[in-house]
Amino acid sequence: MNGQLNTRRKIKIGLLRVSCGLCAAFTCFLTLFLLIYVLAKGIPNLSWELLSTKPSYLSGTIGILPDILNTVYIIVATLVFVLPLGVGAAVYLTEYAKNKRIVAVIEYAAETLSGIPSIIYGLVGMLFFCQFLNMQTSLLAGALTLVIMNLPTVMRTTQESLKTVPQSYREGAFGLGAGKWRVIRTVVLPGCIDGVITGCILSVGRILGESAALLFTAGFAHALNGFFEGLGSAGATLTVSLYVYAKEQGEFGVAFAIAAILMILTLLVNLLAALVGRWFKRRQKL
Amino acid sequence: MKKKKAFENFIHGIFLILGLITVGCVLLITVYLIISGIPAIKKIGFWNFLFGKEWASTAKEPSYGILPFILTSVYGTAGAILIGVPIGFLTSVYLAKLAPAKIRTVVSSTVSLLAGIPSVVYGLIGMMVLVPGIRKLFHIPDGASLLAAIIVLAIMILPSIINVSITALEAVPKEYEDASLALGATPVETYFKVSVPAAKSGIAAAVVLGVGRAIGEAMTVMMVSGNAPNLPELFGSVRFLTTAVASEMSYSSGLQRQALFSIALVLFLLIMLIDAALNFFLKRSKEG
Repeated sequence: MNGQLNTRRKIKIGLLRVSCGLCAAFTCFLTLFLLIYVLAKGIPNLSWELLSTKPSYLSGTIGILPDILNTVYIIVATLVFVLPLGVGAAVYLTEYAKNKRIVAVIEYAAETLSGIPSIIYGLVGMLFFCQFLNMQTSLLAGALTLVIMNLPTVMRTTQESLKTVPQSYREGAFGLGAGKWRVIRTVVLPGCIDGVITGCILSVGRILGESAALLFTAGFAHALNGFFEGLGSAGATLTVSLYVYAKEQGEFGVAFAIAAILMILTLLVNLLAALVGRWFKRRQKL
Repeated sequence: MKKKKAFENFIHGIFLILGLITVGCVLLITVYLIISGIPAIKKIGFWNFLFGKEWASTAKEPSYGILPFILTSVYGTAGAILIGVPIGFLTSVYLAKLAPAKIRTVVSSTVSLLAGIPSVVYGLIGMMVLVPGIRKLFHIPDGASLLAAIIVLAIMILPSIINVSITALEAVPKEYEDASLALGATPVETYFKVSVPAAKSGIAAAVVLGVGRAIGEAMTVMMVSGNAPNLPELFGSVRFLTTAVASEMSYSSGLQRQALFSIALVLFLLIMLIDAALNFFLKRSKEG
C-alpha cells in the first residue's frame, strides 16, 4: 500500500462526496428559500377583500376574484377537451394500432409537442383560434391552446396505465363473445382510470403555471363572468394577472399575494400527485 | 353480423382520428409558423434578417436585424447551462447513488416542487431579489440584465437536468458497479468512473433538455432581462428570441408583426434542432 497515494485518493473521494452533498443541499435550500420568501411576502397582502372583489377604478381597489374564476374556467374547459382526446389517442395506440409506422409517427408527434415552448403555442393559438376560427381573444381560445399543450401529458399517463391492464382480461372478454368496442368500454377503459387521474393532476399543475401561451390567446381582462359567458370573453388567469400587476402596473403587493396563492396551489398539486401515485401503486400490488 | 362489423369499423375510425390529432397539431403549428414567418424574411432579406445587428422596428426607417436576439438567446442559454449543469449533475449523483432513502425522498419532492413553480413567480422573485442585488453588488444603474436572466434560467432548468440524469444513472446495470467495487475501487470512485460514463448518453440528453427549456422560456426572462434590443452584454439590458416575440406582439402591425412571426419561426427551427439532438441521445442511452 502506498501511503501518499492513499491520502491523495482519500482527499479526492472526500471532495467529490462533499461537493455532491453540497449541491443537493443547495438545491433543497434554494427551493425552501423561494417557498418561504414568497409566502412571507405574499400572505400579509392576502385579504378577504382582495380575494372576493373585482378591481375597481372608482375606489382604486384591486381584487382578484375574476382571475381566480378565470383560472378555474380555463382548467375545466381544457380538461373537458383534453381528456377525451388524450384517452382516445392512448386507446388507439395500445388497442388498435397495428401499423408500427403510424405508432412511431404519433409518438414522435407527441414528443415534439412537449418540446415546443409555450410562447410558440401562444402565437399559433392566436393565429389559428383567435383569428382564423374567429374566436377573438377569449378564454375558450386560451383553453384550446392549452389542450394542444397538455395532450401529450394525458396521452402518456393513460398509455402507461393501459399497459398495466392484464392481457388475460381482454382475452377473457373476447372469449365470452364481446366485440372490440365492448371490451374497450367495459374492461380497458375502467383499467386506465388511474392514468387519467394522474394526467389530470399534471395538466392542472401545468395550466396553473402557464402564462406565455395565454397572454395573446386569453388576454388580460378582469371582468366578472359566469362560466359560459366567461369562456366567450377575454380574461386573465392568476399567472397572467401576476405578470401584469408586477411588470406593467408596479403593484408588487398584489403580485406577491397572487404568487403566494400559486405557490400554495402548486404545493397542493404536488402533494396530491404524490399521494395518488402511492395509492395507485399500492392498489396495483393487491 | 354485417351491421356489427360496420359498427366496429366505425369505432376504429374514430379512435384512429383521435390518435392522429397529435400529428395534426404538429402539422398545424409547423404550417402556420412557416406560412406566417416566410413573408417578412423575404421582404427584409435572409441575411439582413438573421445577421442584421440592429432592431429598430418602430423607427422611421425601421431595421429588422435579429442577430442581437439570437446571440442573447445563445449566450443566455450557454450561461444557464454552465451554472445549472454542474449543480444539477452533482445533485443527481448524490440522489441516485449516495443519499440515504429518507433524504432522497425529501430532496426529490423539493425538486418536483421546484419544477412546479410557475415561471411568472420565478420572474417576480428575480425582479425583487436578483435585479436589485445585482445593481448593488456591481454598482450599475439597472440590475435587469443578461446576468439576472442567466441565474434565473439556471435555477429553472435544474429540475429537468436532475430528473433525467437520475433516470440515466439508475439504469446503469448493477454488474458494472459490482465489478468495479470488487476490483478495489471505493463506492464514490465507482460512481464517478463507472456509473457516470455508462450513463453519459442519458446525461447528455438531460443537458440538451435543459438547453431546450432555457431557450424556450419567455415570461421569466421578460421580467428580469431589461428587454432592450442590444447586442448581448453580461450587465446590459438584453432581449431574447422569446421575449422579442412577446414584447411587441400586442401593439405591432404590418411588416413589424410579420417580422415577429419570422422570429418565432427561427425559434421553432432552433427547438426542432434541439429536439433532434435530444432524440439522438435518448435513443443511444436506451441502446446502452
